Amino acid sequence: MSQARFQPGDRVKVRNAEVVGHMRTPRYIRGHEGEVERICGFFANPEELAYNRHGLPKRALYRVRFDQKKVWPDYQGPAGDTVDVEIYEHWLDKA
Amino acid sequence: MSTHHDHDHDHHDHKHPTQPDVDGPLTYHQRLEIAVRELLIEKGIVTADEVRRAIEAMDARTPAQGARIVAHAWADPAYKKKLLTEPREASLELGVDPGVTKLVVVENTDKVHNLVVCTLCSCYPRSILGLPPDWYKSRAYRSRAVREPRKVMSEFGLEIPDDIAVRVHDSTADMRYLVLPKRPKGTEGWSEEKLAAIVTRDTMIGIAEARIP
Repeated sequence: MSQARFQPGDRVKVRNAEVVGHMRTPRYIRGHEGEVERICGFFANPEELAYNRHGLPKRALYRVRFDQKKVWPDYQGPAGDTVDVEIYEHWLDKA
Repeated sequence: MSTHHDHDHDHHDHKHPTQPDVDGPLTYHQRLEIAVRELLIEKGIVTADEVRRAIEAMDARTPAQGARIVAHAWADPAYKKKLLTEPREASLELGVDPGVTKLVVVENTDKVHNLVVCTLCSCYPRSILGLPPDWYKSRAYRSRAVREPRKVMSEFGLEIPDDIAVRVHDSTADMRYLVLPKRPKGTEGWSEEKLAAIVTRDTMIGIAEARIP
């Protein structure tokens, strides 16, 4: 376990990666920019655990908040609507 | 057997519908589950009774546990603060074990309405609310709740005005979300028991609001 790379309020961008196998970053959010809402803690990587590997070192998990209107260009609703998604650090870059 | 029947399994004079038999072929994953379970029992790692008890304990969990937590938070501001900042401890304080996943409590206010979904599968605070409703696991809810939450809520009879932000929580990893609904006006002075009765499962997912019946 190491230090969390991002802090609440940091702007981050989700990697637009194509991954084969088990993953926890939904496709709809890849490539989008959001703001770190909180650090959820450090967890063994579920993408490794799924294959009976130890998933270590533990990874920082963040809750990242995205503006709905940016995620869905045709979003029906006011500007303040958001979606929070839990994303592991190895899926995030500084925006 | 009565003589006026020309077949041998209907002993009544009237017909009534029967529960359809579920004896079609097993799916791959059903076969896999049975095989693994039987092996675990055969090798003495778990007993059949332990498996049964685990299922029984899971089925015994109901939204009433969550309702008790919410009602206490409505009645006691200090507890509410604790529930929002230390949800695990607050839940344990009322004798509800939130389990191994991390509990996050999100509060509905006059400015924000929260809605919970798991787009990847069906993550749900089962240890607090019991098993999720079927619609929560449906592909339609999972895909639409993030994309058009206001429309989905309106189909459930909940209209959120535009001056209240809708905050969707996609429960994709290790957090489990419980919505703390707004306490309805007109419930001042109610006992916690009476309050808990209006805190339904759907209000704690965010697809409904608590209201006086």
